[in-house]
Amino acid sequence: MKNKTKDKNNEKSEGVIIKVSGPLVVAENMEGATIYEVVKVGNEGLSGEVIEMRGGEASIQVYEETSGVGPGEPVIRTGRQLSVTLGPGLLGAIYDGIQRPLDSIAEKTGDFITRGVEVPALDEEKKWKFEPVVEEGEEVSPGKIIGEVKETETITHKIMVPPGNFSGRIVSIKSGEMKVTDVVAEIKTESGKKEVRMSQSWPIRSPRPTTAKLLPAKPLVTGQRVIDTFFPVAKGGAASVPGPFGSGKTVIQHQLAKWSDADVIVFIGCGERGNEMTEVLQEFPELEDPRTGNPLMERTVLIANTSNMPVAAREASVYTGITIAEYFRDMGLDVALMADSTSRWAEALREMSARLEEMPGEEGYPAYLGSRIAAFYERAGIVECLGSDKRKGSLTVIGAVSPPGGDLSEPVTQNTLRTTKVFWSLDDELANARHFPAIDWLNSYSLYTEDMAEFLDKNLGADFRKNRVEAMRILSKEAELEEIVRLVGFEALSDTDKLIMETAKIIREDFLMQNAFDDVDTFTSLKKQAMMIGEIMGFYREGKKMLSEGMEIKEVFAMDKKQKLSQLKFKKES
Amino acid sequence: MSVKYKGLKEIVGSLVLVEGVEKVSYEELVKIKMGDGEERMGRVLEASKGKALVQMFTETRGMELEKAEAVFLGETMKLDVSMEMLGRIFDGSANPLDGHPLPIAEKSVDINGDPMNPFSREFPDDFVQTGISAIDGLNTLVRGQKLPIFSGAGLPHSKIATQIARQAKMKGDFSVVFGAMGITFEESRFFVNELEKTGALDRSILFLNTADDPVIERVTLPRMALTAAEYLAFDKGYDVLVILTDMTNYCEALREISAARKEVPGRRGYPGYLYTDLASIYERAGMIAGKPGSITQIPILTMPEDDKTHPIPDLTGYITEGQIMVSRNLHQSGIYPPIDVLPSLSRLRDKGIGESKTRDDHDGLANQLFASYAKGQEVKELATILGESALSETDKAYLKFSDLFEEKFLSQEPGENRDIGETLDIGWEILKVLPREELKRIKEDKIKKYLDEKED
Repeated sequence: MKNKTKDKNNEKSEGVIIKVSGPLVVAENMEGATIYEVVKVGNEGLSGEVIEMRGGEASIQVYEETSGVGPGEPVIRTGRQLSVTLGPGLLGAIYDGIQRPLDSIAEKTGDFITRGVEVPALDEEKKWKFEPVVEEGEEVSPGKIIGEVKETETITHKIMVPPGNFSGRIVSIKSGEMKVTDVVAEIKTESGKKEVRMSQSWPIRSPRPTTAKLLPAKPLVTGQRVIDTFFPVAKGGAASVPGPFGSGKTVIQHQLAKWSDADVIVFIGCGERGNEMTEVLQEFPELEDPRTGNPLMERTVLIANTSNMPVAAREASVYTGITIAEYFRDMGLDVALMADSTSRWAEALREMSARLEEMPGEEGYPAYLGSRIAAFYERAGIVECLGSDKRKGSLTVIGAVSPPGGDLSEPVTQNTLRTTKVFWSLDDELANARHFPAIDWLNSYSLYTEDMAEFLDKNLGADFRKNRVEAMRILSKEAELEEIVRLVGFEALSDTDKLIMETAKIIREDFLMQNAFDDVDTFTSLKKQAMMIGEIMGFYREGKKMLSEGMEIKEVFAMDKKQKLSQLKFKKES
Repeated sequence: MSVKYKGLKEIVGSLVLVEGVEKVSYEELVKIKMGDGEERMGRVLEASKGKALVQMFTETRGMELEKAEAVFLGETMKLDVSMEMLGRIFDGSANPLDGHPLPIAEKSVDINGDPMNPFSREFPDDFVQTGISAIDGLNTLVRGQKLPIFSGAGLPHSKIATQIARQAKMKGDFSVVFGAMGITFEESRFFVNELEKTGALDRSILFLNTADDPVIERVTLPRMALTAAEYLAFDKGYDVLVILTDMTNYCEALREISAARKEVPGRRGYPGYLYTDLASIYERAGMIAGKPGSITQIPILTMPEDDKTHPIPDLTGYITEGQIMVSRNLHQSGIYPPIDVLPSLSRLRDKGIGESKTRDDHDGLANQLFASYAKGQEVKELATILGESALSETDKAYLKFSDLFEEKFLSQEPGENRDIGETLDIGWEILKVLPREELKRIKEDKIKKYLDEKED
């Protein structure tokens, strides 16, 4: 997709490389190039982006391996910003960091990704059935839905008037089988006739516009008990999952991608393992979306820049992903984006910054790390979309963080915590004891619990919130008592404390622990979660009453009610 | 197409600056001819207008600015591969060390390789039997996995690695590619001898860079080893086991280059791109859909001060699919292999085990052994404070279990090749000391099948 306004004043002058150092290339004779303009570097035409201008010299970050490239080779300007193509065909796709479909690349270059491959982001031959929902003569403005394409069984893709100077009257609109590059409507605007195609393009570094940002009030139900009950994230919220290696970050991200009650999932594998993306690719088409019964892949877009793929494209990959997510949000859908791992993105920033010889901030990261992270998470939110129908869409962002050595004081984690309102702290010791998900209940927090109070009370009853608070109190009391047990032994505790210890154990083992690989246990609905925590707290209250009536702790522990608690999680929901 | 330039501008450490050059490309190979006719190799680290900064693979001792000649070879570093490489030993520049002539090349391949397309990968899920219970039973190795050994100075990681190389059972033609970086002569002899003894040398390719060899070769050596492995695996269909030792020396060589270039250092002086660089090695493990071969990687690294949070093990752990932890405590108490199973992990275990792959009880049994051993360790700590007599009967049983686990399950001879069935049976056997109701991680029917029926 060409950006018309920019193509016009593009003289297509050719730059010349004067320096190559890893992913950084410097070229001269680049007068007039814009910051973040896309360029083709060297004889092989590698993709790159201008990140600095000094007179006629441009510093370019190259998205592909640069070995063999040398001074004297040409740099060709394209006159456009790094953009993604948005339209039918996104769902179920797997892209690299700059939206090249990996399946098309495989078709072209085989099992290994070679350089300088160019493939369109969307299948330009495939025909989609376009059904208009507006008529000729109707007044439209940016964001207005003019037609629909049934993209998958799960998602009906809305074709919208793109943002920009597109307000006016529809003069023609088509219907029927069409390609993504086809013009579907023409609009007569004040500045002349404008064409609307089935696909549009958007520069990845600018957030897509909305009418208004709203406050989150509903939970994103993930089916993970420790998250939904204790540390929920709101639809339109932002959450972070820091944890050392082996603590289960990726499994949690996968679980969220599988079971979250979002309409569309965008999963960014940023600098992580190739096999993990392969796993998603092989597993998701087989898995059923619990809400619709269709394959999960039909609501998923994958962005894969694995750790051995070029580092500059890693920096772009999170923006590519979030722009696609915003596009689906603009249709009025609930979108959830998982980025695994944002630390690799920050490291890519650091690497480019070092090569640019910028003054380093903390731990060698550039001084603008904090503002970049904040700006990224701020693209999350629940919004009123552009267009006159006041439809609402949400974008929830969940970022994994990989702190070196599990040390949460490092800059990426700290900057992330400043902007996200939910913190799931993964703990090494829990993981070693095979307590999964290894979310540490004493350290984690969610600042959305109050915002969701109304929704929860209405749907689950007021008891739920009360039980949650009480359960949390028992868990923190357990941590205190454990110290005492370590010194004097369990038997030395009072009966009430013994009951607290036992209840805490039940909460940990029968509620917090959840087996991602068990067919039933892998997902628990909010209703069932409320029931489970209700039963557990019911046992506690009854136990307390029995003790106050003078009964022995042995009798409390022998209660029928207690034995049943451990089986609750495996009970199928009707 | 090579271009020759007379005279060098600067020599600083292992870096050489050549001026007045034209058409030089990034990572291009350079041959420096010294006044006395000796030739040394290097490669372009930074190419700018009229200038090339060259990183020498060997030392710069004896080099003179004026008399030396720089020859730019016009190509990046390549490795000549062929089936004749099997059974051969090379140095870090792919020159034969065994006295035989260079094998005839079938083709010449860039050692950096291209990243494998995640779309073309096959997810690894075939069980590999190593004959070591701590691995097979609890931290199962899977064909195409990258599973490093985290060890420390003076621990028997080499012994474990050679035991795996000798005993590993894979589907098809099996071969070993061994890359040694900066290890001692004795240690490298140990590997060669072990492979020779069992006849495995004939199906192996060895690349050796010992402690007194050029440091810079340590950076290219693993890439050569993996290029050879990729050829065997994806051109010839072999199941290749790649052992790289010691990755700590590799990282140190990288740090040395980085410091010489005056780059802004990251943690502990290691370059900021250490993660990306390590990934370009580890990610070369795996399988390709529709092709028979595979690359399984077992990199070995010695953790400085046995510290898991040191950047080398830390970044490695973020890339690899788990880790095998070698424990100093177990080693000191005379247990071989001293694998601490609790912090060890195989991320692909669940994909590689189960009814059709190992046995239907494997998953539950492994979880039970993990949980019980963890509990046993906890009780042990408690016992040191409170004294053993203060423990409850159940806790005492855990203590007993813990000892049995180390004695019977963990311990085995370096030459002992245990079948997976045997490993699992030992697991059941030692669980008998625990009260039946403590076996919460195993499903009831499995307990009936494997514990009760065998009792009768």
